Amino acid sequence: MKEINDLNLPEDVKYTKDHEWAKFEKDTVTIGINDYAQDQLGEIVFVELPEVGDAFSAEDEFGSVESVKAVSEMYMPISGEVVAVNENLEDAPELVNEDCYQGGWIIKIKPSDPTEMDGLMDKTAYLEMLKG
Amino acid sequence: MTRQPGTKGLIFNEPNVWDKSREGRCAISLPKADVDRVPLEPALTGDTPDLPQLSELDVVRHYTRLSQWNFGVDSGMYPLGSCTMKYNPKTNEVQAARQGFAGAHPLAGEAFSQGALQLMYDLEKYLAEITGFAGMTLQPAAGAHGELAGMLIIHAYHAKQGRQRSKIIIPDTAHGTNPASATLCGYKSVNLASGKKGVLEPEAVAAVMDEDTAGIMITNPNTLGLFERNIKEICDIVHAKGGLVYGDGANMNAIMGIVKPGKVGIDVLHLNLHKTFSTPHGGGGPGSGPVGVVEKLIPFLPIPRIEKDLDTFRFVTECPDSIGRLHTFYGHFGVMIKAYAYILSMGAKGLLDVSRLAVLNANYIKESLKGTLNLPYDMPCMHECVFNDAHQKKHHITTMDMAKRLLDYGFHPPTVYFPLVVEGAFMVEPTETESKEDIDQFIQAVKAIAKEAETTPEKLTQAPVLPKVGRLDEVAAARKPCLRG
Amino acid sequence: MRYLPHTQEDIKEMLAVTGCTSLDDLFDTIPDAVKTKHGLNLPDPLSEWDLNEHMEKLASKNIACKGYTCFIGAGSYDHHIPSIIPYLASRSEFATAYTPYQPEVSQGTLQGIYEFQTMVTDLLGMDIATASHYDGGTALAECALIALRKNKNADKIAVSDLVHPSHRQIIDTYLKPTGYKMVLIPHTAEGVTDITALESMEGIAGVAVQSPNFFGHIEDLGAFKKIVDAKKLLFITSFTEALSWGMLKNPGSFGVDLVAGEGQSLGIAKTFGGPGLGLLAGTSKLMRDLPGRLVGRTKDTNGEDGYVLTLSTREQHIRREKASSNICSNNGLNAMTAAMYLSTIGKIGIREIAQLNHDKAVYLKSVLTAAGFKPVFDQPFFNEFVMKVPKGFQEKRAELINNHCVFAGLDLEPYYPQLTDHYLFCATEKVSRQQMDQLAKEVA
Repeated sequence: MKEINDLNLPEDVKYTKDHEWAKFEKDTVTIGINDYAQDQLGEIVFVELPEVGDAFSAEDEFGSVESVKAVSEMYMPISGEVVAVNENLEDAPELVNEDCYQGGWIIKIKPSDPTEMDGLMDKTAYLEMLKG
Repeated sequence: MTRQPGTKGLIFNEPNVWDKSREGRCAISLPKADVDRVPLEPALTGDTPDLPQLSELDVVRHYTRLSQWNFGVDSGMYPLGSCTMKYNPKTNEVQAARQGFAGAHPLAGEAFSQGALQLMYDLEKYLAEITGFAGMTLQPAAGAHGELAGMLIIHAYHAKQGRQRSKIIIPDTAHGTNPASATLCGYKSVNLASGKKGVLEPEAVAAVMDEDTAGIMITNPNTLGLFERNIKEICDIVHAKGGLVYGDGANMNAIMGIVKPGKVGIDVLHLNLHKTFSTPHGGGGPGSGPVGVVEKLIPFLPIPRIEKDLDTFRFVTECPDSIGRLHTFYGHFGVMIKAYAYILSMGAKGLLDVSRLAVLNANYIKESLKGTLNLPYDMPCMHECVFNDAHQKKHHITTMDMAKRLLDYGFHPPTVYFPLVVEGAFMVEPTETESKEDIDQFIQAVKAIAKEAETTPEKLTQAPVLPKVGRLDEVAAARKPCLRG
Repeated sequence: MRYLPHTQEDIKEMLAVTGCTSLDDLFDTIPDAVKTKHGLNLPDPLSEWDLNEHMEKLASKNIACKGYTCFIGAGSYDHHIPSIIPYLASRSEFATAYTPYQPEVSQGTLQGIYEFQTMVTDLLGMDIATASHYDGGTALAECALIALRKNKNADKIAVSDLVHPSHRQIIDTYLKPTGYKMVLIPHTAEGVTDITALESMEGIAGVAVQSPNFFGHIEDLGAFKKIVDAKKLLFITSFTEALSWGMLKNPGSFGVDLVAGEGQSLGIAKTFGGPGLGLLAGTSKLMRDLPGRLVGRTKDTNGEDGYVLTLSTREQHIRREKASSNICSNNGLNAMTAAMYLSTIGKIGIREIAQLNHDKAVYLKSVLTAAGFKPVFDQPFFNEFVMKVPKGFQEKRAELINNHCVFAGLDLEPYYPQLTDHYLFCATEKVSRQQMDQLAKEVA
C-alpha cells in the first residue's frame, strides 16, 4: 500500500471524508473515489452504479465498489441528480484502479446546490485529515 | 528436525466431466420396462439434458482423481480456527447408513418411524443436558440456520410481549454470520467493541443496552479463543432491560462438561453438530444446527416438536406461538444419527476429556509458538489461539504467505484474516484428536516457515508449489465470472 | 477413548509447557460461579459392539429396516441409487474437508461443484446455479426474499397453494419478522394453479408456482409467464422431483427468473427427509442477488486452469448485515453426490429413468382405477397423481403396511382439509408391474 506522500491527489478536485473526489465543470459535477480509496481496496472487481435519473442528498449512499474480499459504499459529496454513469466500468472495473480521476470516474450529477462544493476539502485539508 | 508430512506424489490430470463424454455410453444398467411406454404430450416434453455420457469406470476414475486433489481431516492436520476440524469417526457413517435409517421415508407415519423419533427425542435430551437448556430443536440444517431459528425465537418472544424491539448488540468478536442473521429478523446491529483483554466488559454492554434492544449475540468462547468471563453480569444487564441473550455455540467444543450455557444466563444457543459432535463437514455441509432454549422460550421452538407418551413418540404441530417450520421435513436426520452415535461412544467423561484436551492442545501451541508469531492477546486460551503476522511484516511476509507455505509442508492452514479484530489474524484450532507428535510437527513447520520468512522469503511468496495448482487469480474470477462450463 | 490420542506422559509434558499443573487449571479463566458443579448426566459410553447393537435395535423400529414398497413421494422419492454413488461420495477427501477456503488443496471439491453447477443449469435451462442450499423449501424461501428485495414497491409474494405445503410453511416462517406477506393463489377444480386469481392481486413482488405441483400435475408455466410479464413480477418456479426434468420442458424454456427445488432424487438416500439437496438457479441478470456459494473458473500463477469460490462479497462474512442471506455451510457433499449421480445416469439414463417413472405411474393409475379408485383429475402428470379412495381404504392401507410393508399413497386431508379420502400416489422406476398388480388386487 502507498505511503501518504506517494498518493496521487490532484489540486483541481475536492475531497470528502469518505475518500470520494468531486469536480465541478460547467453545470455538472463528476464524482469518483480517490487514489487513497482505490489503493486501500486493492484490485476492484465490481462497481455497483446508480441509475441515471436517481436523485440523492449529500452523504447518501449511491453505490459501492468491491474488491475480492471487501465492499466499500460510496457516498454523495453533494446533493444532486445522476445524469451519467461510467458504463465502461461494467466490463472494466479495473479502470478505477488504473486511472481513478479520468477513465475511472463513477458518476456525473447535476448538483441541486453547487455551493455545497464549498463544504468539501481541498488537497491540503484532505491530506491533513489523512495524517490525522 | 523430523520429516514434514508434505511431499511430492503422483496425482492425475482430469478434465471436466463432459470432456470425457462419448455418445452412447451410460454408467447405469437400466431396468427392463415391464409396462407400456406412454409418451408425454409433445408440448410438455423437453430436450434431454445434455449430461455427460460415461462408463462406470469413467465415473469412478473421475471422482477418485478429483478427490486426490483435496485435503481432508483424514489426510492431515486441519487446524482451521473456529471450524473444529476434528476426526470424524467412521462408525458414525456405518450407523447412519443402516437401511432402517437411510431408507426411511419422512412421511411413512409416526407409528412406522418410532426408531427415528426415539433417536431424535434422545438426542434432544442429550444435547439439552450438555448445554443446560430446558428445550431443544434439531430442525435447523446448519449453524447459520440455527442462528436464524434463534433470532426468530427472540423476535417471536418480543412480539408476544406486545412490544417489538429494533436493535441487537453484536460484539466485534462474534461470528460473521451473526449480523446477517439479525438482519433477516429486521434487527439493526449495534456493534460493540470488546475490551482491552479481548473480552466484553459489562459496563460497555450496559452503556448500549436499552429497552429498544432485543438482546445480545455472544460467541462464548469468543472468536479470539477467550472465555467471556463476565458472561453472568452481561446476561443480568441484558435481562434487566427485558432483553434476551443469544449464544453462538459454535465453540462448544471447549467447554463440554465444564460450562452449561443454559445455566449461566444464555437464553438461546445454537450448536454445530458438524463441529463439536464430530460429523463430517463434507466440503461445506450438510451440517446441522440444533438450538437450545430456556423454559420460557419453549413455546416458540419450530414445529414439528417431538413428544413422548409412555413408550410412544409422536410429532406435535399444535404450537400456536411457534416460529413455524424451518425445513421441509425434520432437519438433517442423517447428520443427527452421527452426532447421536458420537455422544453414545464418548459418554460424559469422554466429552469432558474432549474439551480438556482440545484446550490443552491449543494452549500448548500458543505457548510453543508465541515467540515465533506475534500473539496479540497473551493469556490462557480455550480451544483456539489467534496469532498474527506482526513479526513477519518487516520481511514483507503476510499471514497469507505463511498459510500458503504451510500447504507445502503438508498442513492445512489455520483460519486466516479472521477474527477481524486482529489484523492479519492466524487462528489455530488443533482440536483434541491431534496427537502431541502431530502438533509438534506443526509447530516445527511454523517455526521453519518463520525462519524462511527471514532468509528465503520467496519460498513463502511463491508458495504453494506442491499442490495441484498454485495461487489462483481470484480477481479475474470475480471480474469476469465463469460459473459453468 | 480411541479418538483421543493423548497418553498420560503426553499430558504431563504438554501441561508443563503451558505452565499448568492439571487439566482443570487450564480452565482457570472461567469463574467458578460459571462452571457446572455436576458433571454431565449421559448414558455410559458404548463400545463399537454395543453401539452397533443399540443402533440396529433402534433402526429396526423403523419399518424401513425391512425394505418396503413405496408408493409415496410428496417431496422424498424412492429412486434406485447405483452402488458407485455412496462408494464415491464417502471418499474421505471429499467428506472430511471443510468449505474450500484454501483453493490450492480443494480443487477436488471445487471442480466437482463447478461441474454440479453446470449440470444443474443444464437440467433446469438456467444461466447460473448456486453451489446448493439446505433443501427445496429453504431455497424457495430465499427466492421469495430475492423477489421482495428486488421489487421495493411491493410487500407480498404470491404462492400457489399447490406448492409443497412444507415449503409454504417455510416461506411463512422466513417472512414473519420482515413485514412481508405471502398470499396464496388457489387451485382450480382441475387440480392446477388458478392463473386468473393472480390478475386481481396488487402489491405483489413475485410469483412462485411448483411444477410438477403437489398433486403431481404439470403446470402451464407459459400461461403464467404472460401474466407475470404483464404485471412486471419476478417469476419463480419450484419442484420437488428433480428427475422430472429428464423429460419435461425445463423452467428456463418458459423464461422464469428463479428456480428452486429439491434434489434428493439425484442419488441421495431418503434418510427420513434430510439431508436432501436444495437447488437454486437464476438468470445472469440476478447473479449478484443470489444467496449462497458460487464456484468460478480461473487460472493459477502458472496459467493452469483452476477453480475458486467467487463473488463472495454477496455473502455474510463480508457484507455482514447487508448480506443477501446468512447461509454459510450448504449441502456440499450432497451436491457432489448429485453430480456423481447425474454423471452416472448421463444423457441416456436420465431420459430413460424419467420415462420409466412416468410409464409406471400411468400404469399404477390405470390399475387403481380398475380396482375402483376414482381418478379425480384429468391432468398430465409425471410420477404422482391423486385418487379418491373407496370406503375402508384407510384400514386396508394400514394392513398393507403391517403385513406386506407396502405404503399405498399419502392421505391428503391433513394438507387440504376439503380433500377427504383423497390420496397422493407415486410410482418410481423401482416398483414393478407385479407389485402394482398386487396392490390393485389387495385394495380392490
